[in-house]
Amino acid sequence: MTGVPAGAAIEVVGLRKAFGDKVVLDGVDLQVAGGTIFALLGPNGAGKTTAVRILSTLIRADGGQAKVAGYDVGKEADDVRGAIGVTGQFSAVDDLLTGEENLELMADLNHLGRAEGRRRTAELLERFDLVEAGKKPASTYSGGMRRRLDLAMTLVGDPRVIFLDEPTTGLDPRSRRMMWETIRRLVAGGVTIFLTTQYLDEADELADRIAVLDHGKIVAAGTAEELKRGLPGGHVRLRFADLTQLSAATGVFHEATRDDDALTLEVPSDGGVRALRDILDQLDRAGVEVDDLSVHTPDLDDVFFALTGHPTAEQEAVR
Amino acid sequence: MSDAMTMVRRNVRHTRRNPVVVVMTIALPVFMLLLFVGIFGGALNIGLGAAVQGDDYIDYLVPGILLMAVGYGASQTAMAVNQDVTSGIISRFRTMRISRTSVLTGHVIVSTARTLLSSVLVVGVAVLLGYRPHADAANWLAAAGLVALFTLALTWLAVAVGLAAKSPEGTTPFLFAAQLLPFVSSAFVPPESMSGVVRWFATHQPFTPIIDTMRGLLLGTPVDNHGIVAIVWCVGLTLAGYGWARLLFRRDPVT
Repeated sequence: MTGVPAGAAIEVVGLRKAFGDKVVLDGVDLQVAGGTIFALLGPNGAGKTTAVRILSTLIRADGGQAKVAGYDVGKEADDVRGAIGVTGQFSAVDDLLTGEENLELMADLNHLGRAEGRRRTAELLERFDLVEAGKKPASTYSGGMRRRLDLAMTLVGDPRVIFLDEPTTGLDPRSRRMMWETIRRLVAGGVTIFLTTQYLDEADELADRIAVLDHGKIVAAGTAEELKRGLPGGHVRLRFADLTQLSAATGVFHEATRDDDALTLEVPSDGGVRALRDILDQLDRAGVEVDDLSVHTPDLDDVFFALTGHPTAEQEAVR
Repeated sequence: MSDAMTMVRRNVRHTRRNPVVVVMTIALPVFMLLLFVGIFGGALNIGLGAAVQGDDYIDYLVPGILLMAVGYGASQTAMAVNQDVTSGIISRFRTMRISRTSVLTGHVIVSTARTLLSSVLVVGVAVLLGYRPHADAANWLAAAGLVALFTLALTWLAVAVGLAAKSPEGTTPFLFAAQLLPFVSSAFVPPESMSGVVRWFATHQPFTPIIDTMRGLLLGTPVDNHGIVAIVWCVGLTLAGYGWARLLFRRDPVT
């Protein structure tokens, strides 16, 4: 593995997986630095969950290499298991046990010892606002409470790398905010988070780096800003005092779109500082006065559409 | 082993929380005993006459009821394992650094203990109803051993079925088999009193030699070669169930 930075929490090269003749992951490369939040973004069926299942040692890859916390997921699965925690669509709580008993079960399986297990359980119930509910069976919990208990159970073993598979799907906005807050606090404590989501705003809000997965391939990767920049749809809108100024400016920018009624000119641009300076320099040289200037960068919805040629699941559902 | 004990504690808690399991595995066999002795006992005593080996129908009946208890217990285990699979908690266990099969071992241990408890209860109630076995200590031990062995066999099969089924409904065929096969065996009436195909099936299915062996051990009558056939069935079913469960558990999970 060349080019992988030292201290990467997750390193994936050429990961492949097919179910029958349906190719789900078609050569995926990923790198996640320790102590950061990484979001794997994609519509339903893109292969996100399969990626998490392979990286969390639940299923085996057909090809490629994957290391989590420095261990090979195929050859050193047990070491990987000792370093990770998984919460998500396929992870679950024990409905017949109370919240407290669920946490104690995890403490026992992590061999924490009686006193330490109790201490950790009490601390997590407190931290996830489940103290009162702790004595009730998990089957009586709301969706948000279940998700909190699920994550609390994941944290009992002090994992260094946490996989969150669509952690907020189906949650109400308030629970969603709480989950985001929790995730941020975890990372502040040095944990690495690998999260999958089909919500663009979630990736935008949380992730240090984002990779867009579509039909089993990574079609783009970078920070949210990097993804948005340099894509069709970004432009700088210039507004002028009158038609004379507008016409003068139109002579400078040949590819711009002119709107006589609004007295505006839309100049295609990635919206970066250098591009803005260029535009202003050219206007200066032509002696044109600008009344107002605004930068329009594409949001992640535009990014997604541009990269994959189809809208996100969220948008489809609305239609 | 400590992981398996943790899972045992988990399953004991499940049993205590779930009244249906308690009724199905512990109370239902006793109910069946009362039903057959109280309602059908008189008629069967007369109808079967010399065909039954003991003095009274209850002497004939008890081994069959014991094996029914095993069937009910295994049914609950199949559903409990399937619940663990469909709820996803098994996936959570599989991503943890714990003994791989501890969750299955926990189910088997608790299910076996539950069934043995139920057996003790059945024998106790039967004695109150007039059951008078002529068994010495060695026979009792052998009978208990056979019940335990058959429980192990059916429970491992149940675990495999629970792992294989994609939904709780998927376990139904096994439930049917485990709970209805005793009726088409020597549990309630001798197969000789049955007709044609049913008689052939009743004679050759696993419940019959195991029940006949139990009956021989408890009544102090000759066991003949039923004993060997019974043990071969038990060991064979255990190996098949364990092997199947292991295969399913090693395979990548679908859900």
